[in-house]
Amino acid sequence: MRVQFVLSEIGVGLRRNLTMTFAVVISVALSLALTGGALLANKQVSSMKGYWYDKVEVTIYMCNKADAATTPNCAKGAVTADQKAQILSDLKKLPVVKKVYYESEQGAYKNYKEQFKGTPLVNSITPDQMEQNYRVKLKDPTKFAVVASAFNGRPGVQSVVDQRKVLQNLFDLLNGMTRVAYVVLAFMLTVAMLLIVNTVRVSAFSRRRETGIMRLVGASSFYIQMPFIMEAAFAGLVGAGLACIMLLGGRYFLIDNGLDLQEKIPLVSFLGWGPVIQVLPLVLLIGVAMPALAAFVALRRYLKV
Amino acid sequence: MIRFDSVTKTYPKQNRPALRDVSLEIEKGEFVFLVGSSGSGKSTFLRLILREERTDTGMVHVLGKDLSRLSNWKVPHMRRQLGTVFQDFRLLPNKTVAENVAFALEVIGKPRGTIRKTVPEVLDLVGLAGKEDRMPGELSGGEQQRVAIARAFVNRPMLLIADEPTGNLDPQTSVGIMRLLDRINRTGTTVVMATHDQNIVDQMRKRVIELEKGRLVRDQSRGVYGYQH
Repeated sequence: MRVQFVLSEIGVGLRRNLTMTFAVVISVALSLALTGGALLANKQVSSMKGYWYDKVEVTIYMCNKADAATTPNCAKGAVTADQKAQILSDLKKLPVVKKVYYESEQGAYKNYKEQFKGTPLVNSITPDQMEQNYRVKLKDPTKFAVVASAFNGRPGVQSVVDQRKVLQNLFDLLNGMTRVAYVVLAFMLTVAMLLIVNTVRVSAFSRRRETGIMRLVGASSFYIQMPFIMEAAFAGLVGAGLACIMLLGGRYFLIDNGLDLQEKIPLVSFLGWGPVIQVLPLVLLIGVAMPALAAFVALRRYLKV
Repeated sequence: MIRFDSVTKTYPKQNRPALRDVSLEIEKGEFVFLVGSSGSGKSTFLRLILREERTDTGMVHVLGKDLSRLSNWKVPHMRRQLGTVFQDFRLLPNKTVAENVAFALEVIGKPRGTIRKTVPEVLDLVGLAGKEDRMPGELSGGEQQRVAIARAFVNRPMLLIADEPTGNLDPQTSVGIMRLLDRINRTGTTVVMATHDQNIVDQMRKRVIELEKGRLVRDQSRGVYGYQH
């Protein structure tokens, strides 16, 4: 295989088709930036949900020593072992309850640290400020009131919290945006694919003289098709590179600088550079493989043996 | 070298077959003229040999291979053993003479050293020594056809297919091209040439195969262009 020969053919092809190549690069860049953005938004949501969010609907926090001073419910001090046992057995008797998890102060502290890693909140709390709690999974997630009315105000119970209420709206918003992104993404990808198919077709047509002669002298179809596939892959790679820059720039301007969300919403642990960088190889891979595949399919139709 | 066994070929959406029950055999080292009016099936005959088309019924053997059983990915390899020359030369206008010939070797992955050695040799053989760096546009028709023949022959094929190679050339130049093809034939290469050129056929006195409306109507050794019954 003559590498130099193939490379010069690719260069010729891309230059001849400059406007089309440009269109391919832009559309691949935009659709891949959207892909990466949607993936990252998903990661952000799941990191914000913390350990319990998808597992339970209700949390019953029990009094600890510190609560005695601050919460009227806990005036009698920390929850006792008897009270805990009573709460647990009553919970299990409720027909709406599906499953009950117990979380100790230490466990709660660990999950808390994990969830708010990198925010100012992490250092503001010590393990003895955490409360033992029961995490309750309901058969019907909407039946929060049943549990709340049964346990609110009970001795040893500090509060009953509807887990979903706190962040559900934000998650709905983020999920909605992700879904919109996926729809736009699907269109963008289709446009990108069609552009690639068309570019390859024009390219194959403008070089039909060369490919005709290649066929004549017995060049393998792989050899004939490869310059076209490499062209598409190369344009895709440039587009994917742009998408990577957009993603990195996006995180930089949204979270650290510019919009500066980290500063404005300190309670949320935003994604660090790590997850963004982890997405990049995937973006590059799709950016190369997808146009190459589209070119290959297009050539099946336009270059016969 | 080439064997047709009751070959019939009909193109889609055509009532009349382009070739109808054609059987013949061409031996190694032969020089064969293929004659017949336009639409008689000459091109189809050549396209079947090149495996650009497949037969409907019947078998085509080329270089000992049954082309109907040859899978697509093996076709390029088969074509490397053939040389092809056309009326319209089919040169790349933006490459020099030497590059045009080298192209045929590059695209089948021949090493650079081989290319550097064989290209001048074959250009010398076709009488184009010293014109390696000219562009096709600067050459006369006859010279361009010599480049095309050099490209077809650079691989030392067993079989050379020529589709009206003198169709665009004046009689004087055509004679030169025919001398060249004859010389190539004398090296042992089988030559099959479709032509309308009566003078050439009559002068060369080689085997003549005539097609008419897809049928083989004449197969004559040391034949002439017209009917000779």
